Amino acid sequence: MYVFLAILLCAFYGFYIGKKKPLKLVQNKDLSKLNSNPKYYGYYIFLWCLIPALITFFTLNFFSNFLIKQIVLDLVPEIETISKTNIEFIYDQIKIMASGNADAFNTDENLMLASDKYKELIFIYDASVFLICTCLSAILLIFFQKKISLEFPARKKVEKFIKFFLLICSIVAVLTTVGIVLSLFFESLRFFKQISFLDFIFGFHWSPQIAIREDQVGSSGAFGSIPVLTGTFLITFIAMIVAVPVGLFSAIYLSDYAHKKVRSTLKPLIEILAGIPTVVYGFFAALTVGPFIRMTGESIGLNIVTESALCAGLVMGIMIIPFISSLSDDIILAVPQRIKDGSYALGATKSETMKKVILPAALPGIVGSILLAVSRAIGETMIVVMAAGMSARLTANPFEAVTTVTVQIVTLLVGDQEFDNPKTLAAFALGLELFILTLFLNLMALKIVQKYREKYE
Amino acid sequence: MSSIINNDILSPISSKRTRKEKLFKICGLSAIIFALSMLIILFITIFSKGYSAFYQTRIKLNINFNEELIDPTGAREITTLNTADYSKLISQSLFKFLNIDKNHPKSSEIKSLISYNSFLTLRDRVLNDPLIIGKTVKINLIASDDVDQMIKGNISLNISEENRKISDFQIEAINKLKSDGAILTVFNKTLFTKSDSREPEVSGVLGAIIGSFYCLFVAVCISVPIGVFAAIFLQEFAKKNKITDFIEININNLAAVPSIVFGLLGLSVFINFFHLPRSSPIVGGLVLALMSLPTIVIVTRASLLAVPDTIRDGAIALGASKMQAIFNQVLPLATPGICTGVIIALARALGETAPLLMIGMIAFIPDTPIAITDPATALPAQIFMWADHPERAFVERTSAAILILLSFLIVMNATAIYIRHKFEKKW
Repeated sequence: MYVFLAILLCAFYGFYIGKKKPLKLVQNKDLSKLNSNPKYYGYYIFLWCLIPALITFFTLNFFSNFLIKQIVLDLVPEIETISKTNIEFIYDQIKIMASGNADAFNTDENLMLASDKYKELIFIYDASVFLICTCLSAILLIFFQKKISLEFPARKKVEKFIKFFLLICSIVAVLTTVGIVLSLFFESLRFFKQISFLDFIFGFHWSPQIAIREDQVGSSGAFGSIPVLTGTFLITFIAMIVAVPVGLFSAIYLSDYAHKKVRSTLKPLIEILAGIPTVVYGFFAALTVGPFIRMTGESIGLNIVTESALCAGLVMGIMIIPFISSLSDDIILAVPQRIKDGSYALGATKSETMKKVILPAALPGIVGSILLAVSRAIGETMIVVMAAGMSARLTANPFEAVTTVTVQIVTLLVGDQEFDNPKTLAAFALGLELFILTLFLNLMALKIVQKYREKYE
Repeated sequence: MSSIINNDILSPISSKRTRKEKLFKICGLSAIIFALSMLIILFITIFSKGYSAFYQTRIKLNINFNEELIDPTGAREITTLNTADYSKLISQSLFKFLNIDKNHPKSSEIKSLISYNSFLTLRDRVLNDPLIIGKTVKINLIASDDVDQMIKGNISLNISEENRKISDFQIEAINKLKSDGAILTVFNKTLFTKSDSREPEVSGVLGAIIGSFYCLFVAVCISVPIGVFAAIFLQEFAKKNKITDFIEININNLAAVPSIVFGLLGLSVFINFFHLPRSSPIVGGLVLALMSLPTIVIVTRASLLAVPDTIRDGAIALGASKMQAIFNQVLPLATPGICTGVIIALARALGETAPLLMIGMIAFIPDTPIAITDPATALPAQIFMWADHPERAFVERTSAAILILLSFLIVMNATAIYIRHKFEKKW
């Protein structure tokens, strides 16, 4: 904490000096002799005092953590024989003991020794980091304030830095993708070391229950993802059967039939459906739609389970409607008026124009929007977690309970986690599968929509 | 387009074509009616299930703070006052009220009319004001959830006793309490002042709301500056080349990545790699920040694009550098649009549940979180957990929590719409 304060103090002092110095340099207060506005000289010094010192601080922090941990744990006897999670636990214990909170519950001498060492190291580390960072900041302050002269292009340098900073910000998005890919990939790799890749991709049996602790009873588990995938596709398919016609017809009505005023009230109303949190849909599905479907089935002599694929798919379809209707609406409106006029001039009615002229012209865009909706449905989690089943069944019967990729990820990761166990790692393999599937759909959809836009712009 | 020019179209408007036209229009209309009716059904279901959770049944009892039971020595030491058997005070008063002997075989059924945690109310009363000992005071105690549900009419009394959550004996007692005016229905303050609990009648959403608030706070602090700066770079400075194209595709794709994948990212990077505390709002906030980042970039770019080039050219013509023109002229003009987009992105983040499940923000946490590193839960995660409880009282509370969440979302979206209408300029 003190380090930040010292660095900041240094930086603000640098700003003050940097701003004052050019004013002293010019004669007769003739500021037009200066290359930049005085405050840019201030910013320049400020940045040089702040940024390198902060970078040094965080780098030191990152590496010292490992170093200190290594040194301290070397003091604990027989450390090689202890498992990884227990090492973490012991290290946490040492830290707590060093902070003086919990010396009562553990008086193991080795740990006491280690915690003393930890305290000592932390003290040395804090002091040295404070010295290094503050000195660095001060040295840079002295060095760069000497560089200030009338001709010095401070503004350009500061703006160059800001531009660089903006670039870094936009790279964060790329880093996120890289993070997703790497984390999914490496955890999946660990999974595929234990379970063969082909078994996972082409296996027909999914029952991930493995005993996590040795004293638990459980089967040895099977990790064939086909039934999970078919469940996902079944529910997505049902959702699309609901959402595509409803969404498309809504878009058609809104764009071509509805009065402008009606349109401006109806469109936001339908879009509310997209704004409702999915957990609310899940609750609605589990509590209202599921029992309703079961009772309807009973009354006509069908045996439908409460957690049927039909229920989850239906509710998901309702959620998806606005995704299709909004995008399709925009796309239908983007079809140039001259094409419509041409059709009307030939004597076609509104519906004929729509069916035979506008829709064919807008088809690529509509397909793009449907693909985006499919990707959304595949990745949707809460509705299926709350309304669909857990058991992986290979079936196309919408009245039975099926499971989906997202449901399995949630069930595998909520509760006990053990990152050496294929049960936990399987979630990441499923996640990778999900990511690749949706990535493929998204890229395709984005490309189609973009191409379509360019065509009419 | 040759397909249009067929006999069907060349013929004068026939009744068949008119019929087709009408049918088409009806299809469109019914699609909209279907979507809207689903919306209405959803709201009505949630509201009709949830509104009753906003009031609660209390039982008004004359509690005799018997000194012999609380503190027989009269020393008034904190430990004695803390550990005294306050439940006995309640049951004594109940038995007296109902004229039941305490050795009655079904006396435990009577005790369970009052919420299990009620002795805490009495204890706090005594600790706050030890002078109350020895007096008789009228106190409204929270009734147990079964009594509450029966008063609200959610328990059917026609089914046989074994299948009912409440026994005939209890019903008799409740009716007696009712006829003596000891049963009150008051506004359910507990729902807003308490956190999660195993007992539905004393559980509330305060902890979840604070957890959600912390998450959003962290998310705003991270995603807004990064998102806005990234958008400024991409929209104003980036030259069109392969790198910026790649960044752009990346952001567009990231906006469509399933939220659960972000949860997996948070689990393996923030928790397993950086060792940030599990179930904490800081991790939740980081994940939500990454999730809303692409949306913020996209809306910021759109609002920067909407500012006409004349503003930039004007500033540059007056001698400003490009950076100055953008930060001093363009950005302030784009701010209302950016705000609108940011609020909408945050509203979406507020309702997001799946990534929070991955990072362990669904745990039973009866305490209200203080710091952003404390274990916490969030409002949608709380809804998910309560939805799992079979008790009727929790169904009611789940719906009420949904209503609270929805009202937050409505307020946020209304603010966004207000800002758009009030401040946004049309060029």
